[in-house]
Amino acid sequence: MNESEKFPSFSLEALRRRDRQEMSRLVEAFSGVVYRLGMKMLGDPQDAEDVLQSTFLKVFEALPTFEGRSSLSTWIYRIAMNEALMILRRRRPEVGLALEEGNDEDDEPLSKPQALVDWCCLPENELLSGEARRVLDEAIRKLPEKLRTVFILRDIEGLSTEETAEALGLSETNVKTRLLRARLRLREMLSEYYGERVKESGLYG
Amino acid sequence: MDRQDCQHLLAALGEYIDGTLDEELCREIEKHMAECENCRVVVDTLRKTLYLYRVEAQEESLPQEVRHRLLARLELEG
Repeated sequence: MNESEKFPSFSLEALRRRDRQEMSRLVEAFSGVVYRLGMKMLGDPQDAEDVLQSTFLKVFEALPTFEGRSSLSTWIYRIAMNEALMILRRRRPEVGLALEEGNDEDDEPLSKPQALVDWCCLPENELLSGEARRVLDEAIRKLPEKLRTVFILRDIEGLSTEETAEALGLSETNVKTRLLRARLRLREMLSEYYGERVKESGLYG
Repeated sequence: MDRQDCQHLLAALGEYIDGTLDEELCREIEKHMAECENCRVVVDTLRKTLYLYRVEAQEESLPQEVRHRLLARLELEG
């Protein structure tokens, strides 16, 4: 599904003249996804709320200059992601330009999968237990920023490769490469946890 | 994951999982997986990884009080 089909359509003209009803509709349609993006990027409810508020303030402020070259939803995702990255930078100034971290360059060969325990057989209540959910969240936050941003937009929010590329200012090839790296890393991290659960449960071997 | 076929599969895995890989390559991958248990596990656990993140994300909702504070900040209440 294309991202723009997932949301209702809006009158840019009404939004630009700050029509309250149209602005409210926009907020209703996007506040959930922007908050979730903040939570996934930063892992803290207060930070996610900051992302939410500053994103909508920016959106309404910048609407008069929105040219409609990308869809409205992609544009909102871009603003939200920038706000989240700004909070990350503020929080960890020592990391500086973390986006350009040395490892995981796009042209490096993919590392070989290490974890080879099949944990798909675990029951759903174990795969999604409270503890497992914390592992899922922590694993996302352990991803380098440049992999995390791509994973969140593509696999969590369901944007297309093209929309993700647009929102992050990347080429589509970069999006694909980073997405695969992100997915493989997450698989390794989850396999560590679930692999142990499988061994405990005696389902293995 | 040592054979050349496995490396081959790894590189095409993203598109395979997304269903955007061309048919011929898909068939090659499936043939390889039928013979290579390790690759089958990697593909299955990778699919499951993505599934779990999707399920978890769908359950995340905006807390009411956060929504109210947002509307207040934007002067859109009532």
